Order: sequence, then structure tokens, then C-alpha cells
Amino acid sequence: MPLTRDQVRHVAQLARIALEPGDEEFYAEQLSGILEHIDRLQEVPTDDIPPTAQVVEVTNPLRDDVPRPGLTQEEALANAPAAVNGFFRVPSIQEEA
Amino acid sequence: MSELTELTISEAARLLRVHSISAAELVTAHVQRIEQVDPLVKAFLHVTPELYEKQADEADEKLARGEGGPLTGIPMAVKDVLCVKGVETTAGSQILRGFRSPYTSTAVSRLFEAGAVMLGVTNCDEFAMGSSTENSGYFPTHNPWDLDRVPGGSSGGSAAAVAAGEAMIALGTDTGGSIRQPAAVCGVVGMKPTYGRVSRYGLIAFASSLDQIGPFARSVEDAALVLEAMAGHDPLDATSSDRPNDVRRDFDKGVKGMRLGVPREYSEVQGMEPGVSAAVREAIKALDKAGAEIVDVTLPHTDYGLAAYYIIAPAECSSNLARFDGVKYGLSVQDVDNITEMYMRTRRQGFGTEVRRRIMLGTYALSTGYYDAYYLKAQKVRTLIKRDFDEAFSKCDAIVGATSPTVAFPIGSKTADPLSMYLCDVLTLGGNLAGLPGISVPCGTSEGLPVGLQVLAPQWREDVALRVARAYEVASGVKAEVASVA
Repeated sequence: MPLTRDQVRHVAQLARIALEPGDEEFYAEQLSGILEHIDRLQEVPTDDIPPTAQVVEVTNPLRDDVPRPGLTQEEALANAPAAVNGFFRVPSIQEEA
Repeated sequence: MSELTELTISEAARLLRVHSISAAELVTAHVQRIEQVDPLVKAFLHVTPELYEKQADEADEKLARGEGGPLTGIPMAVKDVLCVKGVETTAGSQILRGFRSPYTSTAVSRLFEAGAVMLGVTNCDEFAMGSSTENSGYFPTHNPWDLDRVPGGSSGGSAAAVAAGEAMIALGTDTGGSIRQPAAVCGVVGMKPTYGRVSRYGLIAFASSLDQIGPFARSVEDAALVLEAMAGHDPLDATSSDRPNDVRRDFDKGVKGMRLGVPREYSEVQGMEPGVSAAVREAIKALDKAGAEIVDVTLPHTDYGLAAYYIIAPAECSSNLARFDGVKYGLSVQDVDNITEMYMRTRRQGFGTEVRRRIMLGTYALSTGYYDAYYLKAQKVRTLIKRDFDEAFSKCDAIVGATSPTVAFPIGSKTADPLSMYLCDVLTLGGNLAGLPGISVPCGTSEGLPVGLQVLAPQWREDVALRVARAYEVASGVKAEVASVA
């Protein structure tokens, strides 16, 4: 099923990836080509088949809850593009009232 | 080329133990080899003198006291997806440029404890997405056997470093074939362990239900030694297994009496080159002559593996890569009006074309209205693929066939058509979907370029995969050579 340019815009918004000129056409064409191959999955009868999310037989392994040192504030912020007063600094998340 | 850069671990360990060479000399020989050939091969993103100088000295101190094990003083390269404390680790991506990890991944720290010496960080496809290392956010790596060709991928830098004698061993990761395929096309040994055999703590995640860390080496024994040192339960990765670390059991017992399955679908996959088929047929004959019973098996859902993989892996990646938001680390576009614009422009600028393509594909497959048709369907087909392998392994001890349908291809020849690149992994990704251990060993050449034989074994039977690969190495006399790099 080919992907429309509207769908590309919607998916890019969901994925938080900005689109630049030419991107819409590029993704619409390339993703449609890949999806065309993927559509062969619909040929496979799977009505009574359970899905596999985790391939080895491991179920909820538990461990003792032992405190251990974590990163210091300084270590946690060492790679931050912008930090202030021990916080990560980000642009405004709300319009001013 | 110095002979020191052509040794295997067991040869080097013997020389180190009798003090004919020092770890410092061994490491220096490799650093010089990197200086000599890496301007052409471009396997390394950067070298780590801050680690190798100190680690080589520590190895020599241990050896002087008669201590240490087989890996003490062995020069190693590490793929740019495994965090090493204080070392720049970027997953081959501009979005992580300058990131220095505050901690070391379990796989690497276990090798450090075993005495391995880290030479540097190797190039890879961005976030391990690709089959040629051309998707690196920095530069492409070249195949040491023909510099106009790719080294495979995504762990192409690690494979090329070992093939060019720049490192004795290297670490890679394999999500759909990213260790085995570059090993095959660079003419070295590469192994993907069972899902859960090696802790993924400190691995920058691509697709969490598929990713595994594994070794590159120039002999099966070396690969086994590295795997053994990394394997085992780690409380920091709940999916790592506490099964016995028995990967070298029966290593040298040969294949006499073993049943080796040849899947009929594997010789018919799209794009299989006749020269690759011929080399692999010869390899299977050598195993037959060595006493194995060769049996036909069938993996009927092989044709659907690629489609299932290209839903599951992008879906998992779209979720894992949500963390790259310009807030905590890496690139951040700052001249913006609000935080959403910051996220969107940072991710557009920081991620390369293939990574954006996969995030988009995965986001689409998981989005409202498409989840059942794509993601759930792919997970059901994954079950059928796993059942195919279970059924095949009821008739044989291991599966043998080609690792890659092609030899190394010219740089640039597949970049315009993503699907043609994805087809490179058609013989390897089944092993990831089913969680199986798999190894690729050199089995001759086609058109003068290396071909790999893949051995797949049931889950947790690395011992079987290694035993078959070792038996082939002995029976055929085919050894991983070091490329001279003209």
C-alpha cells in the first residue's frame, strides 16, 4: 500500500522529525517501495499463531533490591547540551500567557 | 607488515608467556599498522592511547608475575556502539558527536578484566543500521581486500580492522547479520551468540529483541575465547542468561557423526551469486568428507523473513531512538521557539537518511490503525520462522550455508535502493528473529573476494556452532589471512 504525502507528514510529526524541502516525496517513494515488499506478510495465514515478542524462554527474572551508587549530578549533566543550576535546560514548553 | 600483526591469540599468548615479546611491543606493532593502513581502510573512528598505553603496561606487569590469561595483552578494537567510560561513543552518528559515556558496557569491562587492550573505536553504519558501513555519519570504511568495495556492515570497521591486521580481535553487534555478513565479506571469523548469552548493558540499543554483541577474530578458537570471556549473566541486563558458560565444550571433537542441515531455500534466495554458491558447496563437501552427514532441511518461511524483520527492527528502533531529543546529550539545535521544534530540528539534522527512514517506517508500523496489520502480523510470522528452525533442528544438529549471498560490492552500488541493501541480510536475519547463535568462517573466494560459510545452531548451542566451524577450519585448511592493503 503506497504511502501518501499526508501520511508522511503525519508520521514525521509522530516521530518528531522535521521535514525539509524534498523530504515528503523522498519518504513517500522510498517507504512505499519497502512497504510493497513488506505487504507479502499478508499472504501468510496466521489466525491461530501467537506473536513472538521475546525469543528465548526468560520470564520476569527478579533480583535483590540492593542500593548501589548511581551517577552523580555532575556526571549526569556532563554531556548536556545546555545545563543550568544542576538542571537540563530546554526551550519553553508553553506559550507565555 | 610486522609478523606481530598476523598472530592469533594462542600464538601471541605463547610468545607473551615466554617473554619473547611484551604486550607493549604487540600493541605498538598494531598501532603502527593502524597508522600505516588506516588512512586507506578507515576502519577506526579514533584510537585510544589513553587506554592502550596503560592497559599494555598493566598486562606486562601481570605477565611478569606469571599471571593473566589467554587474553592478557591482546589488542582489541571496539565498535562505536559499546560504551566505554570517558571514551567518545557515537553509534556512528552525528547526533551523538562528542558524547563521552559515564560508564563501561559489561562486555567490554569483562574483556578489560581478562586483560584485553583497547586500541580504538571502529566505524559502523549509523546506529548499526546498514550492511555496508556507508551509512556511517562520519565516512565509509573500505574493504582491505579491495579498497573500492565495502567491508559489509554494520560492524564493517571491526571486520576490516581484523582483516587488515590492525587489531587481533574486535567486538561487533549483530541485529540482522551485522557481525556475520561483514566477517564473510572481509574474510574473517565473526560470531553472533544466542540472544541473552552476552549482556547488552552499555550497548546503544537499536532493536532490543534482536541485538547481540559478539566477536571478530582470525580463527574460530580466538572467537570462542573472546565469547567465553564476555558471556554469562549480568544483573544489569535482565535478558542475560544464567546458563552455564560452556561455549567451548567439545570444541575440537570434529563433525564425525554430526548431522548438518542444508536448507533448500537458502540456495535460491534473491541475488545469490554463482561463485558464492560454488564456494559454499565445496565447504559442505569438506564437512561431508570430515565425517558429517549432510541432510536436506526446509525453512519454508525464509521468503517472509526480510519483511517481518523490516517491521520488527524499525518498530523497536523508533522506540529506542526516541531518547535522542537534544536534551540529555549530543546534538541540540538551539535557535528555536519551543521544545517541539527543538526535538524535530535536532532529529532531522542529527540522524542520517537511513536512520530517519527506519524511524519513520517503525513509527508508521506502530501507529493507530496499522499496528495489527504490520507489527502484530510480523510478530506472528516471527513465531512461524522460529518454528521452522525448531523443526529443522529436529532433523540436524546445525544448519550450514552461505552467510551473504554476494561478495563485497562496490562502494555506492546499493545506496540508492534501500531494499537491495536490505537483501544483504536475507540469510542472516533468520538467526536473529529466532534468537540462534551463528558463526561465519572464511570458505574460499569468488572473483578473488572472500566468501563466508555460516553455521547456525539451536539456542544456547554455541558449542555446536563453534565445533562445526572449527572442524571446517581444520578439514579445509582455509585460514583467515591478513590483507596486505596495497
